[in-house]
Amino acid sequence: MIPAIIVFAYLALILYIGIFAWRSERGAAAVEEYFLAGRSLGPAVFLLSLFGTNMTAFTILGSAGHAFANGVVTFGLMASSSAFVIPLTLFFIGTRLWALGKRHGFITPVQMFRDRWECGHIGTLIFALQAALLVPYIIIGVMGGGTALRAITGGLIPYPVGGALVAMVVMSYVFFGGMRGTAWVNAFQTVLFLSFGAIALLVIGRSIGGFPAAIGALLDNPATSPLLTRERVSPWYFFSYTFIPLSTIGFPHIAIFCLTAKRLVQFRRTVVFYPLCILAIWLPCVFLGVVANTLGSAPPIAAKLHARQALAAAPASMPADDRAALRRQAAGDDVVPIMLDWFAPLWLAGLLGAGIMAAVMASDSQILALSTMFTEDVFTFYGGTARFGEAVQVQTGRAFVVVLTIAAYLIALRAPQGIFDLAVQYAFSGYAALSPLLVSALFWKRSTKWGALAATLWVAAAVVYTARVPGALAWFGLLPVVPMTLISATLMAMVSLATPPPSAKTLARYGF
Amino acid sequence: MSGRDETLVGPTARFGWSVAIAALYALHQDIWWWREARPLVFGFLPLGLAYHGAYCLAVVLLMWALTRFAWPSQLEDREER
Repeated sequence: MIPAIIVFAYLALILYIGIFAWRSERGAAAVEEYFLAGRSLGPAVFLLSLFGTNMTAFTILGSAGHAFANGVVTFGLMASSSAFVIPLTLFFIGTRLWALGKRHGFITPVQMFRDRWECGHIGTLIFALQAALLVPYIIIGVMGGGTALRAITGGLIPYPVGGALVAMVVMSYVFFGGMRGTAWVNAFQTVLFLSFGAIALLVIGRSIGGFPAAIGALLDNPATSPLLTRERVSPWYFFSYTFIPLSTIGFPHIAIFCLTAKRLVQFRRTVVFYPLCILAIWLPCVFLGVVANTLGSAPPIAAKLHARQALAAAPASMPADDRAALRRQAAGDDVVPIMLDWFAPLWLAGLLGAGIMAAVMASDSQILALSTMFTEDVFTFYGGTARFGEAVQVQTGRAFVVVLTIAAYLIALRAPQGIFDLAVQYAFSGYAALSPLLVSALFWKRSTKWGALAATLWVAAAVVYTARVPGALAWFGLLPVVPMTLISATLMAMVSLATPPPSAKTLARYGF
Repeated sequence: MSGRDETLVGPTARFGWSVAIAALYALHQDIWWWREARPLVFGFLPLGLAYHGAYCLAVVLLMWALTRFAWPSQLEDREER
Protein backbone atom coordinates (compact mmCIF):
# COMPACT_ATOMS: atom_id res chain seq x y z
CA MET A 1 0.00 0.00 0.00
CA ILE A 2 2.85 2.41 0.86
CA PRO A 3 4.45 2.16 -2.61
CA ALA A 4 1.02 2.79 -4.18
CA ILE A 5 0.51 5.94 -2.06
CA ILE A 6 3.96 7.25 -2.96
CA VAL A 7 3.37 6.62 -6.66
CA PHE A 8 -0.03 8.38 -6.55
CA ALA A 9 1.57 11.34 -4.77
CA TYR A 10 4.18 11.36 -7.50
CA LEU A 11 1.54 11.37 -10.26
CA ALA A 12 -0.26 14.27 -8.53
CA LEU A 13 3.01 16.18 -8.26
CA ILE A 14 3.93 15.89 -11.93
CA LEU A 15 0.39 16.85 -12.84
CA TYR A 16 0.85 20.00 -10.79
CA ILE A 17 4.29 20.71 -12.28
CA GLY A 18 3.07 20.13 -15.84
CA ILE A 19 -0.09 22.18 -15.63
CA PHE A 20 0.40 24.91 -13.08
CA ALA A 21 3.91 25.32 -11.77
CA TRP A 22 5.66 26.98 -14.68
CA ARG A 23 2.92 28.36 -16.89
CA SER A 24 4.04 31.16 -19.10
CA GLU A 25 2.62 34.59 -18.57
CA ARG A 26 2.75 35.31 -22.26
CA GLY A 27 -0.50 33.55 -23.03
CA ALA A 28 -1.04 29.99 -24.10
CA ALA A 29 -2.43 30.86 -27.52
CA ALA A 30 0.91 31.72 -29.07
CA VAL A 31 2.02 28.86 -31.30
CA GLU A 32 5.71 29.03 -30.39
CA GLU A 33 4.84 29.24 -26.70
CA TYR A 34 2.70 26.09 -26.76
CA PHE A 35 4.79 23.98 -29.10
CA LEU A 36 8.32 25.24 -28.30
CA ALA A 37 8.02 26.88 -24.85
CA GLY A 38 8.65 30.18 -26.62
CA ARG A 39 12.20 29.01 -27.54
CA SER A 40 13.17 30.08 -24.05
CA LEU A 41 14.21 27.03 -22.00
CA GLY A 42 17.11 27.62 -19.65
CA PRO A 43 20.31 25.51 -19.45
CA ALA A 44 19.37 23.11 -16.61
CA VAL A 45 15.86 22.37 -17.88
CA PHE A 46 17.20 21.98 -21.42
CA LEU A 47 19.81 19.38 -20.38
CA LEU A 48 17.62 17.44 -17.97
CA SER A 49 14.57 17.51 -20.18
CA LEU A 50 16.44 16.55 -23.35
CA PHE A 51 18.00 13.61 -21.54
CA GLY A 52 14.68 12.62 -19.97
CA THR A 53 12.89 12.90 -23.30
CA ASN A 54 15.26 10.32 -24.73
CA MET A 55 15.02 7.93 -21.79
CA THR A 56 12.14 5.50 -21.93
CA ALA A 57 10.90 2.53 -19.93
CA PHE A 58 13.65 0.57 -21.63
CA THR A 59 16.32 2.57 -19.83
CA ILE A 60 15.55 1.16 -16.41
CA LEU A 61 13.41 -1.92 -17.03
CA GLY A 62 14.64 -3.07 -20.43
CA SER A 63 18.35 -2.43 -19.86
CA ALA A 64 18.33 -4.47 -16.65
CA GLY A 65 16.27 -7.17 -18.40
CA HIS A 66 18.69 -7.29 -21.34
CA ALA A 67 21.65 -7.47 -18.95
CA PHE A 68 19.93 -10.22 -16.95
CA ALA A 69 19.88 -12.37 -20.10
CA ASN A 70 22.98 -11.16 -21.94
CA GLY A 71 25.36 -9.79 -19.32
CA VAL A 72 27.63 -6.76 -19.22
CA VAL A 73 27.67 -6.47 -23.02
CA THR A 74 24.40 -4.53 -22.71
CA PHE A 75 26.28 -1.45 -21.51
CA GLY A 76 28.65 -1.35 -24.49
CA LEU A 77 25.89 -2.16 -26.96
CA MET A 78 23.44 0.50 -25.88
CA ALA A 79 24.89 2.89 -23.31
CA SER A 80 28.48 3.77 -24.18
CA SER A 81 27.65 3.85 -27.90
CA SER A 82 24.84 6.34 -27.14
CA ALA A 83 27.16 8.28 -24.82
CA PHE A 84 29.47 8.82 -27.81
CA VAL A 85 27.07 9.28 -30.73
CA ILE A 86 24.23 11.33 -29.20
CA PRO A 87 26.33 14.26 -27.90
CA LEU A 88 28.15 14.37 -31.24
CA THR A 89 24.87 14.61 -33.15
CA LEU A 90 23.69 17.33 -30.77
CA PHE A 91 26.95 19.19 -31.29
CA PHE A 92 27.00 19.00 -35.08
CA ILE A 93 23.30 18.76 -36.00
CA GLY A 94 21.32 20.03 -33.00
CA THR A 95 23.13 23.36 -32.88
CA ARG A 96 22.52 23.98 -36.58
CA LEU A 97 18.89 23.01 -36.30
CA TRP A 98 18.54 25.50 -33.46
CA ALA A 99 20.15 28.28 -35.51
CA LEU A 100 17.95 27.61 -38.55
CA GLY A 101 14.85 27.40 -36.39
CA LYS A 102 15.68 30.73 -34.82
CA ARG A 103 16.48 32.36 -38.15
CA HIS A 104 13.60 31.05 -40.24
CA GLY A 105 11.01 30.32 -37.55
CA PHE A 106 10.90 26.55 -38.08
CA ILE A 107 9.03 24.48 -35.53
CA THR A 108 9.47 21.01 -37.08
CA PRO A 109 12.21 19.33 -39.16
CA VAL A 110 9.78 18.85 -42.06
CA GLN A 111 9.31 22.64 -42.30
CA MET A 112 13.07 22.92 -42.72
CA PHE A 113 13.18 20.13 -45.34
CA ARG A 114 10.40 21.77 -47.35
CA ASP A 115 12.14 25.13 -47.31
CA ARG A 116 15.65 23.78 -47.87
CA TRP A 117 14.72 21.55 -50.80
CA GLU A 118 11.87 23.65 -52.20
CA CYS A 119 9.28 20.89 -51.94
CA GLY A 120 5.78 20.38 -50.56
CA HIS A 121 4.37 16.90 -50.84
CA ILE A 122 7.74 15.19 -50.37
CA GLY A 123 7.74 16.91 -46.98
CA THR A 124 4.30 15.43 -46.32
CA LEU A 125 5.68 11.98 -47.14
CA ILE A 126 8.56 12.47 -44.68
CA PHE A 127 6.00 13.62 -42.08
CA ALA A 128 3.91 10.48 -42.68
CA LEU A 129 6.90 8.17 -42.23
CA GLN A 130 8.13 9.99 -39.12
CA ALA A 131 4.63 9.90 -37.62
CA ALA A 132 4.13 6.20 -38.41
CA LEU A 133 7.43 5.35 -36.71
CA LEU A 134 6.51 7.42 -33.64
CA VAL A 135 3.06 5.94 -32.92
CA PRO A 136 4.32 2.60 -31.48
CA TYR A 137 6.31 4.54 -28.86
CA ILE A 138 3.20 6.28 -27.65
CA ILE A 139 1.30 2.99 -27.38
CA ILE A 140 4.22 1.36 -25.57
CA GLY A 141 4.22 4.28 -23.12
CA VAL A 142 0.56 3.69 -22.23
CA MET A 143 1.19 -0.05 -21.91
CA GLY A 144 4.26 0.55 -19.75
CA GLY A 145 2.24 2.82 -17.47
CA GLY A 146 -0.44 0.18 -16.94
CA THR A 147 2.09 -2.62 -16.38
CA ALA A 148 4.28 -0.61 -14.00
CA LEU A 149 1.36 0.66 -11.91
CA ARG A 150 -0.03 -2.86 -11.61
CA ALA A 151 3.40 -4.18 -10.51
CA ILE A 152 4.10 -1.35 -8.06
CA THR A 153 0.69 -1.62 -6.37
CA GLY A 154 0.92 -5.41 -6.17
CA GLY A 155 -2.02 -5.85 -8.53
CA LEU A 156 -4.23 -3.42 -6.61
CA ILE A 157 -4.62 -1.36 -9.77
CA PRO A 158 -5.44 -3.54 -12.78
CA TYR A 159 -3.70 -2.93 -16.10
CA PRO A 160 -6.60 -1.12 -17.86
CA VAL A 161 -7.11 1.28 -14.93
CA GLY A 162 -3.37 1.90 -14.53
CA GLY A 163 -2.97 2.54 -18.25
CA ALA A 164 -5.93 4.93 -18.24
CA LEU A 165 -4.62 6.78 -15.19
CA VAL A 166 -1.15 7.27 -16.63
CA ALA A 167 -2.58 8.26 -20.04
CA MET A 168 -4.88 10.82 -18.36
CA VAL A 169 -2.04 12.35 -16.36
CA VAL A 170 0.24 12.60 -19.41
CA MET A 171 -2.57 13.93 -21.61
CA SER A 172 -3.52 16.58 -19.06
CA TYR A 173 -0.13 18.18 -18.67
CA VAL A 174 0.66 17.96 -22.39
CA PHE A 175 -2.77 19.48 -23.16
CA PHE A 176 -2.50 22.35 -20.70
CA GLY A 177 1.23 22.79 -20.30
CA GLY A 178 2.43 22.24 -23.89
CA MET A 179 6.19 22.11 -24.34
CA ARG A 180 6.91 24.16 -21.21
CA GLY A 181 4.91 21.86 -18.94
CA THR A 182 6.30 18.75 -20.63
CA ALA A 183 9.89 20.01 -20.37
CA TRP A 184 9.57 20.78 -16.65
CA VAL A 185 7.98 17.40 -15.95
CA ASN A 186 10.75 15.69 -17.92
CA ALA A 187 13.42 17.63 -16.03
CA PHE A 188 11.88 16.61 -12.70
CA GLN A 189 11.59 12.99 -13.83
CA THR A 190 15.22 12.96 -14.97
CA VAL A 191 16.41 14.09 -11.54
CA LEU A 192 14.30 11.33 -10.04
CA PHE A 193 15.56 8.51 -12.16
CA LEU A 194 19.16 9.72 -12.12
CA SER A 195 18.97 9.34 -8.34
CA PHE A 196 17.22 6.00 -8.77
CA GLY A 197 20.26 4.13 -10.09
CA ALA A 198 22.68 5.06 -7.33
CA ILE A 199 20.17 4.53 -4.51
CA ALA A 200 18.99 1.18 -5.88
CA LEU A 201 22.61 0.04 -6.27
CA LEU A 202 23.54 0.98 -2.69
CA VAL A 203 20.44 -0.46 -1.05
CA ILE A 204 20.33 -3.72 -2.98
CA GLY A 205 24.12 -4.16 -2.71
CA ARG A 206 23.96 -3.90 1.07
CA SER A 207 20.92 -6.15 1.30
CA ILE A 208 22.43 -9.03 -0.70
CA GLY A 209 25.71 -9.02 1.23
CA GLY A 210 27.88 -6.96 -1.12
CA PHE A 211 28.61 -7.08 -4.82
CA PRO A 212 32.09 -8.71 -4.72
CA ALA A 213 30.52 -11.92 -3.39
CA ALA A 214 27.76 -11.84 -6.03
CA ILE A 215 30.22 -11.28 -8.89
CA GLY A 216 32.50 -13.98 -7.46
CA ALA A 217 29.60 -16.43 -7.52
CA LEU A 218 28.86 -15.58 -11.16
CA LEU A 219 32.52 -16.02 -12.13
CA ASP A 220 32.78 -19.40 -10.41
CA ASN A 221 29.80 -20.82 -12.27
CA PRO A 222 30.65 -21.79 -15.89
CA ALA A 223 27.01 -21.22 -16.86
CA THR A 224 27.02 -17.60 -15.68
CA SER A 225 30.65 -16.47 -16.09
CA PRO A 226 30.10 -15.53 -19.80
CA LEU A 227 27.64 -12.89 -18.54
CA LEU A 228 30.66 -10.94 -17.28
CA THR A 229 32.37 -10.90 -20.69
CA ARG A 230 31.19 -10.21 -24.23
CA GLU A 231 32.02 -13.60 -25.69
CA ARG A 232 28.40 -14.38 -26.59
CA VAL A 233 28.25 -11.43 -29.00
CA SER A 234 30.27 -11.04 -32.19
CA PRO A 235 32.38 -7.89 -32.61
CA TRP A 236 30.50 -7.08 -35.85
CA TYR A 237 27.16 -7.24 -34.09
CA PHE A 238 28.60 -5.05 -31.32
CA PHE A 239 29.90 -2.57 -33.91
CA SER A 240 26.55 -2.32 -35.67
CA TYR A 241 24.89 -1.11 -32.48
CA THR A 242 26.82 2.17 -32.82
CA PHE A 243 24.46 3.04 -35.71
CA ILE A 244 21.35 2.87 -33.51
CA PRO A 245 21.98 6.13 -31.58
CA LEU A 246 21.92 8.01 -34.90
CA SER A 247 18.17 7.62 -34.51
CA THR A 248 18.11 10.09 -31.62
CA ILE A 249 18.56 13.25 -33.64
CA GLY A 250 16.19 11.76 -36.26
CA PHE A 251 13.41 11.45 -33.68
CA PRO A 252 11.02 14.36 -34.27
CA HIS A 253 10.60 14.95 -30.53
CA ILE A 254 14.37 15.36 -30.09
CA ALA A 255 14.82 17.51 -33.20
CA ILE A 256 11.89 19.69 -32.14
CA PHE A 257 13.28 19.90 -28.62
CA CYS A 258 16.55 21.29 -30.02
CA LEU A 259 14.55 24.37 -31.04
CA THR A 260 13.42 25.15 -27.49
CA ALA A 261 16.80 26.37 -26.20
CA LYS A 262 16.90 30.06 -25.37
CA ARG A 263 20.53 30.40 -26.41
CA LEU A 264 22.94 28.22 -28.36
CA VAL A 265 25.30 28.08 -25.40
CA GLN A 266 22.80 25.79 -23.66
CA PHE A 267 23.88 22.99 -25.97
CA ARG A 268 27.38 23.19 -24.45
CA ARG A 269 26.47 21.77 -21.05
CA THR A 270 24.09 19.28 -22.62
CA VAL A 271 26.78 17.95 -24.96
CA VAL A 272 29.31 17.63 -22.12
CA PHE A 273 27.02 16.22 -19.43
CA TYR A 274 24.98 13.87 -21.60
CA PRO A 275 27.53 10.99 -21.38
CA LEU A 276 27.69 11.43 -17.60
CA CYS A 277 23.90 11.15 -17.34
CA ILE A 278 24.00 7.96 -19.41
CA LEU A 279 26.73 6.56 -17.16
CA ALA A 280 24.77 7.45 -14.01
CA ILE A 281 21.58 5.70 -15.06
CA TRP A 282 22.75 2.80 -17.25
CA LEU A 283 25.72 1.48 -15.28
CA PRO A 284 23.69 0.69 -12.11
CA CYS A 285 20.79 -0.76 -14.11
CA VAL A 286 23.01 -3.03 -16.22
CA PHE A 287 25.02 -4.09 -13.20
CA LEU A 288 21.88 -4.88 -11.18
CA GLY A 289 20.48 -6.86 -14.11
CA VAL A 290 23.62 -9.01 -14.21
CA VAL A 291 23.70 -9.47 -10.43
CA ALA A 292 20.05 -10.60 -10.48
CA ASN A 293 21.36 -13.91 -11.83
CA THR A 294 22.68 -14.68 -8.33
CA LEU A 295 19.41 -13.88 -6.55
CA GLY A 296 17.62 -17.21 -6.86
CA SER A 297 16.58 -16.72 -3.23
CA ALA A 298 13.79 -14.50 -4.55
CA PRO A 299 11.16 -16.92 -5.97
CA PRO A 300 10.19 -14.75 -8.98
CA ILE A 301 13.84 -14.58 -10.06
CA ALA A 302 14.29 -18.31 -9.38
CA ALA A 303 11.32 -18.97 -11.69
CA LYS A 304 13.02 -16.96 -14.44
CA LEU A 305 16.29 -18.83 -14.01
CA HIS A 306 14.49 -22.17 -14.16
CA ALA A 307 12.65 -21.11 -17.30
CA ARG A 308 15.95 -20.11 -18.87
CA GLN A 309 17.49 -23.51 -18.03
CA ALA A 310 14.44 -25.30 -19.42
CA LEU A 311 14.70 -23.25 -22.60
CA ALA A 312 18.40 -24.10 -23.00
CA ALA A 313 17.70 -27.81 -22.52
CA ALA A 314 14.54 -27.85 -24.67
CA PRO A 315 14.57 -30.31 -27.57
CA ALA A 316 14.23 -28.94 -31.10
CA SER A 317 10.84 -30.62 -31.31
CA MET A 318 9.36 -28.44 -28.54
CA PRO A 319 6.18 -26.71 -29.80
CA ALA A 320 6.66 -23.04 -30.67
CA ASP A 321 3.97 -21.96 -28.18
CA ASP A 322 5.71 -23.75 -25.30
CA ARG A 323 9.02 -22.21 -26.31
CA ALA A 324 7.42 -18.76 -26.44
CA ALA A 325 5.88 -19.30 -22.99
CA LEU A 326 9.28 -20.22 -21.56
CA ARG A 327 10.82 -17.14 -23.17
CA ARG A 328 8.18 -14.95 -21.54
CA GLN A 329 8.85 -16.54 -18.15
CA ALA A 330 12.61 -16.10 -18.53
CA ALA A 331 12.36 -12.46 -19.66
CA GLY A 332 14.01 -10.12 -17.18
CA ASP A 333 12.25 -6.79 -17.83
CA ASP A 334 10.84 -6.80 -14.30
CA VAL A 335 13.98 -7.89 -12.41
CA VAL A 336 14.61 -4.41 -11.00
CA PRO A 337 11.09 -4.05 -9.51
CA ILE A 338 11.42 -7.61 -8.17
CA MET A 339 14.79 -6.80 -6.60
CA LEU A 340 13.31 -3.69 -5.01
CA ASP A 341 10.38 -5.71 -3.76
CA TRP A 342 12.60 -8.34 -2.14
CA PHE A 343 15.70 -6.43 -1.17
CA ALA A 344 14.65 -2.83 -0.41
CA PRO A 345 12.60 -1.39 2.48
CA LEU A 346 8.95 -0.79 1.62
CA TRP A 347 9.07 3.02 1.67
CA LEU A 348 12.16 3.05 -0.53
CA ALA A 349 10.59 0.57 -2.94
CA GLY A 350 7.73 3.08 -3.31
CA LEU A 351 10.11 5.95 -3.92
CA LEU A 352 12.09 3.96 -6.44
CA GLY A 353 8.79 2.82 -7.96
CA ALA A 354 8.12 6.49 -8.67
CA GLY A 355 11.52 6.56 -10.41
CA ILE A 356 10.40 3.67 -12.59
CA MET A 357 7.14 5.49 -13.36
CA ALA A 358 9.23 8.51 -14.37
CA ALA A 359 11.02 6.45 -16.98
CA VAL A 360 7.87 4.70 -18.14
CA MET A 361 6.01 7.98 -18.71
CA ALA A 362 8.29 9.15 -21.50
CA SER A 363 5.50 9.23 -24.07
CA ASP A 364 4.63 12.86 -23.23
CA SER A 365 7.17 14.44 -25.55
CA GLN A 366 6.28 12.03 -28.33
CA ILE A 367 2.59 12.90 -28.05
CA LEU A 368 3.43 16.60 -28.10
CA ALA A 369 5.81 16.14 -31.04
CA LEU A 370 3.19 14.32 -33.07
CA SER A 371 0.68 17.04 -32.28
CA THR A 372 3.23 19.71 -33.28
CA MET A 373 4.02 17.90 -36.52
CA PHE A 374 0.35 17.46 -37.38
CA THR A 375 -0.56 21.08 -36.79
CA GLU A 376 2.55 22.54 -38.47
CA ASP A 377 3.28 20.07 -41.26
CA VAL A 378 -0.31 19.32 -42.24
CA PHE A 379 -2.80 21.79 -40.73
CA THR A 380 -0.73 24.92 -41.32
CA PHE A 381 0.92 23.74 -44.53
CA TYR A 382 -2.43 23.05 -46.17
CA GLY A 383 -3.83 26.45 -45.19
CA GLY A 384 -5.46 25.84 -41.80
CA THR A 385 -3.65 28.54 -39.86
CA ALA A 386 -3.96 31.11 -42.65
CA ARG A 387 -7.69 30.49 -42.71
CA PHE A 388 -8.53 30.07 -39.02
CA GLY A 389 -5.66 31.78 -37.17
CA GLU A 390 -3.02 30.79 -34.62
CA ALA A 391 -5.45 30.30 -31.74
CA VAL A 392 -7.30 27.62 -33.69
CA GLN A 393 -3.96 26.02 -34.60
CA VAL A 394 -3.10 25.64 -30.90
CA GLN A 395 -6.59 24.29 -30.15
CA THR A 396 -6.18 21.83 -33.02
CA GLY A 397 -2.90 20.70 -31.50
CA ARG A 398 -4.61 20.18 -28.15
CA ALA A 399 -7.49 18.28 -29.72
CA PHE A 400 -4.94 16.10 -31.51
CA VAL A 401 -3.28 15.34 -28.14
CA VAL A 402 -6.62 14.11 -26.74
CA VAL A 403 -7.53 12.03 -29.79
CA LEU A 404 -4.06 10.50 -30.01
CA THR A 405 -3.96 9.58 -26.31
CA ILE A 406 -7.40 7.98 -26.40
CA ALA A 407 -6.53 6.04 -29.58
CA ALA A 408 -3.24 4.86 -28.04
CA TYR A 409 -5.08 3.73 -24.91
CA LEU A 410 -7.70 1.79 -26.84
CA ILE A 411 -5.03 0.07 -28.93
CA ALA A 412 -3.00 -0.68 -25.78
CA LEU A 413 -6.04 -2.44 -24.27
CA ARG A 414 -6.52 -4.75 -27.22
CA ALA A 415 -3.16 -5.46 -28.82
CA PRO A 416 -0.39 -7.66 -27.39
CA GLN A 417 2.64 -5.68 -26.26
CA GLY A 418 5.08 -7.86 -28.21
CA ILE A 419 3.90 -6.37 -31.50
CA PHE A 420 4.72 -2.86 -30.38
CA ASP A 421 8.00 -3.85 -28.75
CA LEU A 422 9.04 -5.11 -32.16
CA ALA A 423 7.66 -2.03 -33.90
CA VAL A 424 9.77 0.17 -31.64
CA GLN A 425 12.89 -1.82 -32.59
CA TYR A 426 12.18 -1.22 -36.27
CA ALA A 427 11.44 2.42 -35.57
CA PHE A 428 14.95 2.85 -34.12
CA SER A 429 16.44 1.52 -37.35
CA GLY A 430 14.04 3.67 -39.39
CA TYR A 431 14.95 6.92 -37.64
CA ALA A 432 18.68 6.09 -37.81
CA ALA A 433 18.33 5.48 -41.55
CA LEU A 434 16.56 8.84 -41.92
CA SER A 435 19.52 10.67 -40.34
CA PRO A 436 21.26 11.17 -43.75
CA LEU A 437 18.38 13.52 -44.63
CA LEU A 438 19.24 15.85 -41.77
CA VAL A 439 22.97 15.66 -42.41
CA SER A 440 22.51 16.37 -46.14
CA ALA A 441 20.10 19.24 -45.58
CA LEU A 442 22.45 20.94 -43.15
CA PHE A 443 25.87 20.23 -44.61
CA TRP A 444 25.59 19.30 -48.29
CA LYS A 445 24.82 22.09 -50.72
CA ARG A 446 24.13 19.68 -53.58
CA SER A 447 21.40 17.66 -51.80
CA THR A 448 17.99 17.73 -53.49
CA LYS A 449 14.38 16.89 -52.78
CA TRP A 450 14.61 13.90 -55.12
CA GLY A 451 17.49 12.49 -53.13
CA ALA A 452 15.41 12.97 -49.99
CA LEU A 453 12.45 11.25 -51.65
CA ALA A 454 14.58 8.26 -52.70
CA ALA A 455 16.04 7.88 -49.21
CA THR A 456 12.62 8.21 -47.55
CA LEU A 457 11.01 5.62 -49.81
CA TRP A 458 13.93 3.25 -49.21
CA VAL A 459 13.65 3.63 -45.41
CA ALA A 460 9.87 3.06 -45.48
CA ALA A 461 10.29 -0.05 -47.65
CA ALA A 462 13.19 -1.37 -45.54
CA VAL A 463 11.28 -0.94 -42.25
CA VAL A 464 8.28 -2.87 -43.65
CA TYR A 465 10.55 -5.52 -45.20
CA THR A 466 12.62 -6.14 -42.04
CA ALA A 467 9.44 -6.25 -39.95
CA ARG A 468 7.85 -8.87 -42.20
CA VAL A 469 10.89 -11.02 -43.00
CA PRO A 470 12.88 -12.14 -39.92
CA GLY A 471 16.61 -11.75 -40.45
CA ALA A 472 16.17 -9.55 -43.51
CA LEU A 473 19.07 -7.16 -44.22
CA ALA A 474 21.09 -8.67 -41.36
CA TRP A 475 24.07 -8.98 -43.70
CA PHE A 476 27.42 -10.33 -42.43
CA GLY A 477 26.02 -10.59 -38.91
CA LEU A 478 25.32 -6.86 -38.76
CA LEU A 479 22.06 -5.34 -37.56
CA PRO A 480 19.74 -4.26 -40.42
CA VAL A 481 20.25 -0.64 -39.33
CA VAL A 482 23.72 -0.64 -40.91
CA PRO A 483 22.73 -1.44 -44.53
CA MET A 484 19.56 0.63 -44.09
CA THR A 485 21.54 3.73 -43.12
CA LEU A 486 24.35 3.23 -45.64
CA ILE A 487 21.94 2.62 -48.54
CA SER A 488 19.84 5.60 -47.46
CA ALA A 489 22.96 7.81 -47.52
CA THR A 490 24.04 6.39 -50.90
CA LEU A 491 20.62 6.98 -52.44
CA MET A 492 20.56 10.50 -51.06
CA ALA A 493 23.95 11.18 -52.67
CA MET A 494 23.44 9.49 -56.03
CA VAL A 495 19.91 10.75 -56.73
CA SER A 496 20.84 14.26 -55.58
CA LEU A 497 23.79 14.36 -57.97
CA ALA A 498 21.53 13.22 -60.80
CA THR A 499 18.88 15.91 -60.20
CA PRO A 500 18.95 19.73 -60.25
CA PRO A 501 19.87 21.46 -56.98
CA PRO A 502 17.65 24.04 -55.23
CA SER A 503 17.85 27.65 -56.41
CA ALA A 504 20.87 29.78 -55.56
CA LYS A 505 18.60 32.06 -53.53
CA THR A 506 17.54 29.20 -51.28
CA LEU A 507 21.10 27.92 -50.95
CA ALA A 508 22.26 31.40 -49.95
CA ARG A 509 19.68 31.46 -47.16
CA TYR A 510 21.33 28.33 -45.76
CA GLY A 511 24.82 29.78 -45.94
CA PHE A 512 26.03 27.78 -48.98
CA MET B 1 36.35 35.19 -32.67
CA SER B 2 39.76 34.97 -31.02
CA GLY B 3 42.92 33.91 -32.86
CA ARG B 4 43.13 30.73 -30.80
CA ASP B 5 39.57 29.75 -31.71
CA GLU B 6 40.27 30.30 -35.40
CA THR B 7 43.28 27.98 -35.15
CA LEU B 8 41.15 25.27 -33.60
CA VAL B 9 38.38 25.39 -36.20
CA GLY B 10 40.58 25.83 -39.27
CA PRO B 11 41.27 23.07 -41.84
CA THR B 12 44.19 21.53 -39.90
CA ALA B 13 42.26 21.63 -36.66
CA ARG B 14 39.24 20.09 -38.37
CA PHE B 15 41.44 17.22 -39.46
CA GLY B 16 42.69 16.87 -35.88
CA TRP B 17 39.15 16.82 -34.49
CA SER B 18 38.15 14.24 -37.10
CA VAL B 19 41.07 12.01 -36.06
CA ALA B 20 40.18 12.40 -32.38
CA ILE B 21 36.53 11.52 -33.02
CA ALA B 22 37.46 8.55 -35.23
CA ALA B 23 39.96 7.32 -32.63
CA LEU B 24 37.38 7.44 -29.85
CA TYR B 25 34.87 5.66 -32.09
CA ALA B 26 37.47 2.94 -32.73
CA LEU B 27 38.17 2.64 -29.01
CA HIS B 28 34.53 1.69 -28.48
CA GLN B 29 35.28 -1.56 -30.30
CA ASP B 30 37.54 -2.98 -27.58
CA ILE B 31 38.05 -6.47 -29.01
CA TRP B 32 41.22 -6.92 -26.92
CA TRP B 33 39.26 -7.66 -23.72
CA TRP B 34 36.37 -9.43 -25.34
CA ARG B 35 36.60 -12.63 -23.27
CA GLU B 36 38.10 -11.19 -20.09
CA ALA B 37 36.19 -10.46 -16.90
CA ARG B 38 39.23 -10.19 -14.62
CA PRO B 39 40.74 -8.21 -13.05
CA LEU B 40 37.63 -6.92 -11.30
CA VAL B 41 37.91 -3.14 -10.97
CA PHE B 42 37.17 -1.97 -7.39
CA GLY B 43 36.78 -5.66 -6.57
CA PHE B 44 33.39 -6.07 -8.26
CA LEU B 45 33.24 -4.40 -11.71
CA PRO B 46 34.03 -6.79 -14.59
CA LEU B 47 36.81 -5.45 -16.80
CA GLY B 48 34.66 -4.87 -19.90
CA LEU B 49 32.01 -2.98 -17.94
CA ALA B 50 34.61 -0.84 -16.18
CA TYR B 51 36.26 -0.11 -19.56
CA HIS B 52 33.03 1.16 -21.06
CA GLY B 53 32.29 3.19 -17.92
CA ALA B 54 35.71 4.81 -18.31
CA TYR B 55 34.98 5.21 -22.03
CA CYS B 56 31.99 7.41 -21.15
CA LEU B 57 34.31 9.62 -19.10
CA ALA B 58 36.70 9.86 -22.07
CA VAL B 59 33.74 10.97 -24.21
CA VAL B 60 33.02 13.71 -21.65
CA LEU B 61 36.58 14.97 -22.11
CA LEU B 62 36.30 15.01 -25.90
CA MET B 63 32.93 16.79 -25.73
CA TRP B 64 34.36 19.34 -23.33
CA ALA B 65 37.28 19.95 -25.72
CA LEU B 66 34.93 20.26 -28.71
CA THR B 67 32.62 22.72 -26.96
CA ARG B 68 35.59 24.65 -25.60
CA PHE B 69 37.79 24.88 -28.68
CA ALA B 70 35.58 24.13 -31.70
CA TRP B 71 32.29 25.69 -30.70
CA PRO B 72 30.26 26.90 -33.72
CA SER B 73 30.10 30.40 -32.31
CA GLN B 74 29.32 31.81 -35.77
CA LEU B 75 25.82 30.33 -35.39
CA GLU B 76 25.48 31.94 -31.99
CA ASP B 77 26.71 35.34 -33.13
CA ARG B 78 24.41 35.37 -36.14
CA GLU B 79 21.23 34.34 -34.37
CA GLU B 80 21.68 36.19 -31.11
CA ARG B 81 22.87 39.47 -32.52
